Amino acid sequence: MSEKYESSPSPSEVGFSLVSRRTLLAGAAAIGGAAVLAACGDDDSSSSGDTAGATETTAAAGGGGDLGEVTYGSNYSDPKDSAAIAAAVEATGLNVKINTVDHNSYQENFNTYIQQPDDVVSWFAGYRMRAFAGKGVVGDISDVWAKLTDMSEGFKNASTALDGKQYFVPFYFYPWAVHYRKSLFEEKGYEIPATWDDLLALAEKMKGDGIIPFAAANDGGWPQMGMFDMINMRTNGYDFHVSLMGGKESWTDDKVKKVFSNWSSLLDYYQPDVNGRTWQDAATALGKKEVGMYLLGTFVTSNFDPATDPEAQGIIDDIDFFAFPEIDPAYKQDAVEAPIDGFMMAKTPKNEAGAKALLEAFGGAATIDAYIGVNPAVVAANSAAKTDGYNALQKKSAELVGAAKYISQFLDRDTDPDFAAKVVGKALQDFLADPTTIDTVLATVEEQKQTYTFE
Amino acid sequence: MGPIDQAEAAPHTGRRRRFSQLSRNDKLVLSVMVGVPAFLHIVLVWIPAILTGVLSFMEWDNVTPISSAEFVGFRNYWQIFTIFDNQLFPALFNNLVLIVWLFLCSAIGIGLAYLLDKNLKGTRFYQSTYYFPVVLSVAVVGFIWKSVMFGRETGLLNLVWPGPPIDFVGDQTKIFEINFPFLDFPLGLSKNFAALLLAMAWRHIGYIMVLYLAGLKSFDPSLREAASIDGCSEWQTFRRVVFPGLKPINVVVAVITVIEALRAYDIVAALSEPRGTEVMGTLVTNSLMGEGGGRVGIGSAYGMVLFLLCVGFIIWYVVNNFREAKE
Repeated sequence: MSEKYESSPSPSEVGFSLVSRRTLLAGAAAIGGAAVLAACGDDDSSSSGDTAGATETTAAAGGGGDLGEVTYGSNYSDPKDSAAIAAAVEATGLNVKINTVDHNSYQENFNTYIQQPDDVVSWFAGYRMRAFAGKGVVGDISDVWAKLTDMSEGFKNASTALDGKQYFVPFYFYPWAVHYRKSLFEEKGYEIPATWDDLLALAEKMKGDGIIPFAAANDGGWPQMGMFDMINMRTNGYDFHVSLMGGKESWTDDKVKKVFSNWSSLLDYYQPDVNGRTWQDAATALGKKEVGMYLLGTFVTSNFDPATDPEAQGIIDDIDFFAFPEIDPAYKQDAVEAPIDGFMMAKTPKNEAGAKALLEAFGGAATIDAYIGVNPAVVAANSAAKTDGYNALQKKSAELVGAAKYISQFLDRDTDPDFAAKVVGKALQDFLADPTTIDTVLATVEEQKQTYTFE
Repeated sequence: MGPIDQAEAAPHTGRRRRFSQLSRNDKLVLSVMVGVPAFLHIVLVWIPAILTGVLSFMEWDNVTPISSAEFVGFRNYWQIFTIFDNQLFPALFNNLVLIVWLFLCSAIGIGLAYLLDKNLKGTRFYQSTYYFPVVLSVAVVGFIWKSVMFGRETGLLNLVWPGPPIDFVGDQTKIFEINFPFLDFPLGLSKNFAALLLAMAWRHIGYIMVLYLAGLKSFDPSLREAASIDGCSEWQTFRRVVFPGLKPINVVVAVITVIEALRAYDIVAALSEPRGTEVMGTLVTNSLMGEGGGRVGIGSAYGMVLFLLCVGFIIWYVVNNFREAKE
């Protein structure tokens, strides 16, 4: 399920339901309102109970009885998500047995699970899919892709492994962008920055007005990965970013150093003490208008809970975002970071025809429409999906990603998760603690990178 | 065995037979009582430990079948000691700091126990107050400290603190640094780990206190009386009579302290393991668990380093115990 912050490589985020549960308590039930992509906030608390056993549900067999039963391993364990995915499955009309596992456990145990999986399994696009495709433990579904008509090129790329074949069907996504308060920008007469210079000028202006320009969190070691991704893609382009993530470029390259020198000029405008702050605390600062801008996934709104805080709805409605400004005109704003969730097929499914039929259906508009009908917190990958029910942020998310030439997945989804967490994540913490050490830090990353084989 | 053996054996069958005081039933009970735990111990502790040792010489991604694992000799060890030295050595250093720190806490716990044993007014209140954190799981302790005490904007400590806010969780700058010739970076106690030590002390002191209090309650009061009649001061009584008299408890306290220090994991994990707070426990689990857990060899190598540390301590403990038994 939506696992923006669970996507954090750190076990503290992934494994410790306590920590996440609190995030939940803090931001609980924000889904109720117009909160976009809020579902992430609450799934921990409500689903930690079903960790132990997979629950089985069989969706009504419709007209697809000929294909027999297909098994589907689902990590949509939150009640709202599981209801939504059940609706999506029902819309396929196939005879599907859903095995639901708590999403934290699902991710934790995926290495083992994928060795004896269900016919169709939930997973993430990009490197995380390619890693398993490369090991030959998931099935080639290029023939399914031949029948998927309403998927953009970006989604196809995100579903393609190194051998040029497709192994993944995207379902929905949630973009990362710079969030701000519309009312604050109006009141102070701030303009949306289009370029890096505009951004720095705006930050300087905010500083003059007594507002901290950038909310900054890095607790868990993952939130600032988003900033690295954005600055790198704007400075060096998407191709370099992917190549760097794939272990093919040197981290001591001047191009990488340029990223950090750009980043350093932004650090003057950061909230102090980045490493210890949770993304929720930074979001709260945005809510109080103590900070001007906040680069985060659109799930930022889930920090505000209309059920417990009467002002929350007003804040949620007041939050808007803009794409990260252009740094090098050669790359404009052509890349956007938008983690995609979707499905893969087992290497040798018991019911291959059924599995492919189910994947094809998941790639169609009807299933995601059914899903969003129950849980309107995500943006459909399928371009033919209904968008009239979207709220303002959902619509804008769809536009942002639709207009993008390249879609990145997030640092810990675009490279070896272990490398992301233990090497890059630690390096970013070191850099943020003391930016002057960047040369040593990058040399260490490059040295440690050599011990990884990548795809 | 001479006389008794013969005397007993004679009326039996007349055959020479080693006498056993154990009936068949006793033997059965004994073999079950010794055998089952021994079996479980070997299967659940030693076999996995040995397999971990084997895995630490291999490279395996935990996804493809185990048969695809490759033997790589000492490469994993070489990597953690040279390439990941900026993670291994700070973790070892932190574990070392923890041992020293928890021994200090144990001393405080013992002191508190000794005071509470005096039946001060409100002893029970103090007792339950100190003991309270022990009832909580370490993960909960970590969670409480992270959210209630340490928060930069809203944490209790920062509300009380008059100066500029302190980032207890994320500040990895070092309080003191020691340079080692074999490392190109200094080791030292980082501020966030120091904060974490506070949280651990909060729990450990109460734990040791209760343990020691139980020992003190069983201590023969006549010995203490004798000491005071002989003119011992309070400190002398404790130092010369009570403390040595509670040797078995002292050993338990020492063992528990070292174990707690070496196995520290959950509280660090609950504080989301920022740089500066790494301990061996987090290095091991991070390499083995979760999606990133594709480095079984490296994780096992970290595990073996920790294992050898523990074994070192166990050997010291056993040798010490045997020496005393002889005396």
